[in-house]
Amino acid sequence: MSLSSSLPTFLSSQEDSRRLKFRSLLNRILSILCVSLAGLTLIPLFSILYLVLKNGLPLLTLSVFTQLPPAAQMTGGGFGNAVIGTFVMVGIALLLAAPTGILSAIYINEYARQSSLAHAVNFVAQLLTGIPSIICGVFAFAIVVVRTGFSAWAGGLALAILILPTILLTSEQALLNVPQSLREASTGLGATRLQTIWRIVLPEALPAMMTGLMLAIARAAGETAPVLFTALFSQYWLTSLNHPTASLAVLIYNFSTLPYDHQVKLAWTASLVLVAMVTFTNILAQILFRKKHH
Amino acid sequence: MLTFSQDIGQSGAIFSHMDGSLLSMSSLEKNRSDFLSVQDFSFYYGPQQALYKISMEIPEKQVTALIGPSGCGKSTLLRNFNRMNDLIEGTHHEGDILLMETSIYDPKVEVIALRRNIGMVFQKSNPFPKSIYENVVYSLRISGQNKKSALDECVERSLRSAALWDEVKDRLHKSALGLSGGQMQRLCIARAIANQPKILLMDEPCSALDPIGTARVEELIHRLKQHFTIVIVTHNMQQAARCSDRTAFFYLGNLVEYDTTTKIFSNPTQKQTEDYITGRFG
Repeated sequence: MSLSSSLPTFLSSQEDSRRLKFRSLLNRILSILCVSLAGLTLIPLFSILYLVLKNGLPLLTLSVFTQLPPAAQMTGGGFGNAVIGTFVMVGIALLLAAPTGILSAIYINEYARQSSLAHAVNFVAQLLTGIPSIICGVFAFAIVVVRTGFSAWAGGLALAILILPTILLTSEQALLNVPQSLREASTGLGATRLQTIWRIVLPEALPAMMTGLMLAIARAAGETAPVLFTALFSQYWLTSLNHPTASLAVLIYNFSTLPYDHQVKLAWTASLVLVAMVTFTNILAQILFRKKHH
Repeated sequence: MLTFSQDIGQSGAIFSHMDGSLLSMSSLEKNRSDFLSVQDFSFYYGPQQALYKISMEIPEKQVTALIGPSGCGKSTLLRNFNRMNDLIEGTHHEGDILLMETSIYDPKVEVIALRRNIGMVFQKSNPFPKSIYENVVYSLRISGQNKKSALDECVERSLRSAALWDEVKDRLHKSALGLSGGQMQRLCIARAIANQPKILLMDEPCSALDPIGTARVEELIHRLKQHFTIVIVTHNMQQAARCSDRTAFFYLGNLVEYDTTTKIFSNPTQKQTEDYITGRFG
């Protein structure tokens, strides 16, 4: 065959050339498949962003941050109290969960690495990452709301329970990723364990820990179930942490199902604000905690 | 509580008990031959015995090389001198190691103080991801010394001693991770000697370096031995022959022969030593 005569000697057999052609065709098909599937996964993400921007931008003015939610058939108004409420409750959640999670991770990884307590805590944390967020809400309801009523504290507590396992596990991973050789060098120079942790291990693990923290913040800011019946909602500005508090998530939940067009539009705008807050937090984390280039 | 404190002038270290009484070492005895004394020392990783009744005396301000094939226990012994093996679970020992006639395992000895008086350089250089300056002064900072003048002086002295000063004096505050491999290892040496330890332990310091880097470190060892007692573990026999004053040959956890370097390399007593030196095994 003319084909075999133009090929180098090691490909002279017709069998080989057919196999090779099939192989390269298969290769090309699979590459195209991979690229298209990758593109496919981006579609939902970009569609969401597009929709949120398209529907949310029209009503995005400064007044949405400075005004209270409009009543049923009114127009105008905003969701300033919901923004503040979300900030406050995420803040409470961080205050409760971050020190606990980070210090536990330090204990497990630096002081008691192979102990049974470490294994137990790890195991439980991994189980709890899968906890349905509504369970966090129910728990906080039973512990706090039943005694002291709906409040920002209860909402913050529910969110804290939600994000604690994530913070603990990501901090632990960050600490594990610090090379043992650095700890050895520090110990060899006569540092106590605390000095090694404070001067060497923590600074090295900090960027990854902060990333984990940012992930937790993003999750906490967006969850509805935990705050739904712990912080309830409020039409008014926040005056006390012991009262029901508005939040962006619940506002979106409430408004998007109303039959009033204006309220639905406001829900979109609130969604846009929420997405923007989360993205901004992420970018800020990247900038502040980016590892210096060597 | 016994604490090791810094050298004062030419005399040896002064130990002080917490109750204030002073026990000064004889300032007449310079360069004592039993500076670091290993007595019938056996070491176990859990049930596995790694060292069998090692006895040797390491002299002051000389270079002692520990040689032998992989797994013979030389690194294990080295890491026991500053009790780094304490960090490994399940280890225990028999026998004793004495530093200037005090057991390093004496319950009154603070391990942290011991380690601050013994510098260690590891096989793979492990500078901290900090600036060159901060790397060198680390041991001073953890001892509580934060005065800039003292730190500056220490940095220059240590980097000069490590033959690195000229190369890095203009970028002391840049990251240490930007140095070449050989420079990083010399930085680790500078870091180890910054707080003027009594002993410098080196665990195969040149094995990750190219020949030029190796030559520089060996040159360094020659100069450093005027001030420090050096114990070096090396795979490289030629290096041991070039650098050391005394050499100890280990095999499977046993000390086979320990003598002056010239004797070991020209006329060893044990056949095993001769076989190893001439490359018949290991």
